[in-house]
Amino acid sequence: MSISRAPLMNLVRLKGTPILEQLHLEERLLRASTDNWCIVNDGTNVPTIVMGMSGKPSQLLEVGPVIKDRIPVIKRFTGGGTVIVDKSTLFVSLICNKDDVPSVQPYPRSVMAWSGSLYGEVFEGVDGFQLRENDYVFGDRKFGGNAQSIIRNRWIHHTSFLWDYNVRNMAYLKLPSKVPQYRLERDHTEFVCRMKDYIERSDFVEKTVKAVGNQFAMKEVNLEDIDSYAKGEHVKSTRLLTMEELQEAMASTAQSA
Amino acid sequence: MALRMWASSTANALKLSSSASKSHLLPAFSISRCFSSVLEGLKYANSHEWVKHEGSVATIGISDHAQDHLGEVVFVELPEEKSSVSKEKNFGAVESVKATSEIISPISGEVIEVNTKLADSPGLINSSPYEEGWMIKVKPNNPAELESLMGPKEYTKFCEEEDAAH
Repeated sequence: MSISRAPLMNLVRLKGTPILEQLHLEERLLRASTDNWCIVNDGTNVPTIVMGMSGKPSQLLEVGPVIKDRIPVIKRFTGGGTVIVDKSTLFVSLICNKDDVPSVQPYPRSVMAWSGSLYGEVFEGVDGFQLRENDYVFGDRKFGGNAQSIIRNRWIHHTSFLWDYNVRNMAYLKLPSKVPQYRLERDHTEFVCRMKDYIERSDFVEKTVKAVGNQFAMKEVNLEDIDSYAKGEHVKSTRLLTMEELQEAMASTAQSA
Repeated sequence: MALRMWASSTANALKLSSSASKSHLLPAFSISRCFSSVLEGLKYANSHEWVKHEGSVATIGISDHAQDHLGEVVFVELPEEKSSVSKEKNFGAVESVKATSEIISPISGEVIEVNTKLADSPGLINSSPYEEGWMIKVKPNNPAELESLMGPKEYTKFCEEEDAAH
């Protein structure tokens, strides 16, 4: 008689890790490891803007205030939109071998649907949770933004959860040209909501770990031990934008005004 | 089963040609079970890129099956001219929905032309994956690599099996 075992998932718990460091770690684990990973980062250290792979600062940011207030701006290796994250943001990232999640095709919509189902377990009993277009919402208000990167036999799906936010920080972000249909014409403060109004922070983390554990055999791994899991060179595309790039973006915004 | 019979009878009714070299005819294609088109005369990789080999030039793009599964392409990252591509190594990426997805080269060679239209019109990959949505042209350095790629019938079956497995 054969017993099928759940595939292994390495769990890394971080707290207050700078988001640039988290994204570098994720890109490394996606490209240079063959294991499955669940990374949970409980907040990041300073408010930071994170754009997707194709993000253009002149189109997405109020560059003048960003430069004046010295807000770091990162371009990450995954797709998707722009967020401003801080110590209250919760991050959950799932890196999987496609063969370990055989019901999921390595394409964006399939991975997104799988994630929606997983978080459906986390938010069971919480009114109004759903995956709506590509966002996690309560009702029609977004609290979780998603992004993915899909490579040959692996993919990452990562989420920034808006536990709480500072309205002042939202002012660094422009209304993007491409918005989900359900957003209608709402500005940031009318469109998003605070996750803390719906679930306890520690509850969310433990329910997420449990939901992932329903599909994988979990093993906690310390950050200090990562080197043994991810060896060799890999493409590094996540980076901090330079002041020069931001100033060029500001100049091009001024020219087109 | 009923779907396969419908697809077969439709293909017969449309009298699809198997010749892709006669430019005055519409491009020949077959209809897969999943309604993605597969063009005759091309070779296909199991990572869903296609190659059109004409003389010393090979044109590369992604298949209709791939663009359909990826969703609306909003950005394409391609290599520079004169750079090298290697078989089964990634040479670029597309962004669609919220994802970046690698594009894998089916063959090795030197990039001699890049489709610059994709910078302003990435959606050509969705609307015209085999024609206006081509990505790079390569001078192959090992034409024998084409032999290990799939022909249209084999690729159609591959796509059907892949979709059926999920």
